Amino acid sequence: MSVTTLLAISLGAILTNNFIFSQFLGICPFLGVSKKIDTAVGMGAAVTFVMGLASAVCFGVNKILVAMGLGYMQTVAFILVIAGLVQFVEMFLKKNIPTLYTALGVYLPLITTNCAVLGVALLNVQNDYSFIGSVVYGITGGLGFLLAIFLFAAVREQLEVSSENPKAFDGFPIALVTAGLMALAFMGFSGLKVW
Amino acid sequence: MNFGKQLKEGLITQNPVLVQVLGMCSTMAITTSFFNGLGMGVSVLIILTLSNIFISLLRKIIPNEVRIACYIVVIAGFVTCVDLLLKAFVPALSSSLGVFIPLIVVNCIILGRAEGFASKNGVGASAVDGICQGIGYTLVLIAMCVVREFLGSGKFGGGLLGGGGLGSAPGLTIFPEEFGIKILTLPVGGFLTLGALIAVMQWALAKSKKKKEAK
Repeated sequence: MSVTTLLAISLGAILTNNFIFSQFLGICPFLGVSKKIDTAVGMGAAVTFVMGLASAVCFGVNKILVAMGLGYMQTVAFILVIAGLVQFVEMFLKKNIPTLYTALGVYLPLITTNCAVLGVALLNVQNDYSFIGSVVYGITGGLGFLLAIFLFAAVREQLEVSSENPKAFDGFPIALVTAGLMALAFMGFSGLKVW
Repeated sequence: MNFGKQLKEGLITQNPVLVQVLGMCSTMAITTSFFNGLGMGVSVLIILTLSNIFISLLRKIIPNEVRIACYIVVIAGFVTCVDLLLKAFVPALSSSLGVFIPLIVVNCIILGRAEGFASKNGVGASAVDGICQGIGYTLVLIAMCVVREFLGSGKFGGGLLGGGGLGSAPGLTIFPEEFGIKILTLPVGGFLTLGALIAVMQWALAKSKKKKEAK
């Protein structure tokens, strides 16, 4: 794969086809853990890491499944691989980098059910990316998630302070409207192309 | 077993989308036409009911430490079945929902009901719970689709009504497309419509609570 294609993939994953704002993948953690900037960034970083790793491992798993004629077992195999991977990352961090573990601790198990992770594995197969393409798509997709959740948490911290909205909009509805306006802003990137 | 009470919980007081705020990804992503919403809702309803029944049957066998992994395998099995069935019999739906069919595996509604209800209750109650929650989810999807489709492009029932094949039918035109609010058919519309729907729900729940207190 040429550098231009990789650049196009990254730019698409971060800005034009952002996982949150245009593909609707990973909305649950996006809304769930975006009340504070530091936890949001922690979650984003953990997701980026797992997405990159999952893209790499699932690429191999898919090759094995296809070779054995078991292509239809994709979903089951991928989710098991991801669940195992998350568990493994959790154990590894606990033993070797305890500071990072305590910072991410609560969010790691949640990543198993993050649709962005399973989504990126499935999209890699659908788009027929090479190994490097898959890993780049996984990592940049995660970075797009990180960017989105960071910006959203920053806005949400301000929302907590002000109480200008109608009472019925308290909590989730106003957060969703905020996210909608941010999606509108991200639509501005849609014309972006790599020469 | 109390069917009426569970149905009321699934539809209103414990609605999976509007009150529990679960399963947001698919709710916003695929509600662009009536056909998509109905197809997705029914698929989730079937998978939710089956997985609830199975997990309830297995609840005494599954060891507590690995229960989440076991639930995910059961759910993934049913999702694969539905995915293959849709590909074989309703290819139009399968292609328009795309990656969101396999992603039902990580739809929090199903895992949430497995963990919160099926793992603690009997088979009959779990099956009823699956059906009620599934209906609640389907109705919200259809409401989102109708709002987005009608206000966005002035149509109703896209993919099902108005002649043409299943999935490619244009829908009944209620007012000309040029007058529609185009933005509602784009991803932005998903966020705004769902936000408005949840706000309406919160308003209605608060109102009925106040009424009860006044009595």
